[in-house]
Amino acid sequence: MKYRSVTEIIGPIMIGPSSSHTAGAARIGRLARLLFHEQPERVNIHLYGSFAKTYKGHGTDVALIGGLLDFDTFDERIPQAKELAKERKMRVRFHEEDAIMDHPNTVKLRLEAKEKSMELVGISIGGGKIEVVELNGFQLNLSGHHPALLIVHQDRYGVIANVANLLAAHKVNIGHMEVSRKEKGREALMVIEMDQSVTDDMIESLERLEHITQVAKLNE
Amino acid sequence: MFRNVAELIERTDRDQISISEAMIRQEVEVTGRSREAVLGDMDEKLKIMEDAAKRGVEEDIRSVSGLTGGDGKKLEQYIAEGKGLSGDTVLHAVSRAMATNEVNAAMGMICATPTAGSAGVVPGTLFSLKDKLNPSREAMQRYLLTSGAFGLVVANNASISGAAGGCQAEVGSAAGMAAAAATELAGGTPRQSAEAMAMALKNMLGLVCDPVAGLVEVPCVKRNAAGAAIAMVAADMALAGIESRIPCDEVIDAMYRIGESMSESLKETAMGGLAATPTGRELETKIFNISLERS
Repeated sequence: MKYRSVTEIIGPIMIGPSSSHTAGAARIGRLARLLFHEQPERVNIHLYGSFAKTYKGHGTDVALIGGLLDFDTFDERIPQAKELAKERKMRVRFHEEDAIMDHPNTVKLRLEAKEKSMELVGISIGGGKIEVVELNGFQLNLSGHHPALLIVHQDRYGVIANVANLLAAHKVNIGHMEVSRKEKGREALMVIEMDQSVTDDMIESLERLEHITQVAKLNE
Repeated sequence: MFRNVAELIERTDRDQISISEAMIRQEVEVTGRSREAVLGDMDEKLKIMEDAAKRGVEEDIRSVSGLTGGDGKKLEQYIAEGKGLSGDTVLHAVSRAMATNEVNAAMGMICATPTAGSAGVVPGTLFSLKDKLNPSREAMQRYLLTSGAFGLVVANNASISGAAGGCQAEVGSAAGMAAAAATELAGGTPRQSAEAMAMALKNMLGLVCDPVAGLVEVPCVKRNAAGAAIAMVAADMALAGIESRIPCDEVIDAMYRIGESMSESLKETAMGGLAATPTGRELETKIFNISLERS
């Protein structure tokens, strides 16, 4: 079951006007920011389906930008996010796409800063709940039913074992796990679904492990 | 976890508990939070809802587009003049539902229940019943949990997204949730709550999502009004002992299938329905011309 907690139905507390097109969009932007680890210099945002058709009216644009500026769904600065992005020197461009995606509320974000770039495809499935379907070209097969970790890392021996050991030390059980890589020895992605939530301290510990570049949690 | 309404009712029967209690117990089990934390979270959200409804009926709310605002306040004044035809409890539910949704349209702070576009129905109904039934603070928190229990079933078996299932999935779900919670608040049984949910949602089936200019304003504010009124009437019918011929879970399933067969133009794309009427199109042009000049 996708929705597990009553807080997903009664909530989130948010700035209007749309839970899927405003709050969900802010959450996707913020998750991308979290994974990127810093404020990007340039962001290209591709909108699909209902997002492409109605983003201006729903404030989807300011919500995505607000999320990229690390604002939560209830941050009252969201309506001014465009001006704030300009002040903070984050350039954002929107692209309205015609392609039909599996989900009507789909957005692709490409974040860039200096040498670094990241691409994330997210969907907003209703009531503010979001899912990530693609990260840096890796397809994610998350059920969305359990707390999950996304870990971008270098493809080296021992990295997976270190992550598993750390989770075990905190009595976190892994229910499902996938590891994919583009090329031997290059960038790889671990997707871990767990029976327990991980704390912020554990995220920090994971980030300190060798060869790990990005860590983010989903579905608390 | 309860997967459907039948399992939820079975659980309340087995343990001789209310729906809100079943929701609390499940929430504690699934999230690992304490009972106090679950109720405390609802109280925090209740405060946001109270502020939004209050702002909407007291202040002069106006959305950025200028399309909506002030109608909740207008209705509140009309009720105060003693002219209401529908009875003050129903009308107060309506005025506060509209007020909340107007605050949402003005990019104010609200709590999604289950979505922002349908955020007026659940609190609007609650605040009207607060005047009538004088419930304890915990009873109000429990009202939200009962709404949430039914909302969870709908979200997992159908949809709460207008883009996926039309307005029936948003205001329809909210009306069902509010009807079920109102029934419990008024002393009804879990079974009666399920009947109320079924009867409210039945009357919202097929409702499309056709927002003018893609804004959560027209017709959303007035659909929240009707959602609150339907919730109240459905709760009264259930409390009177009236039952839905089609069981609640099957109504939810019908809502899902209707949403699947609904044209894309009627699912939050602003391409059909009221959005595509001459006036709808005219408003759209006017709004976006203005905003272009501004930027």
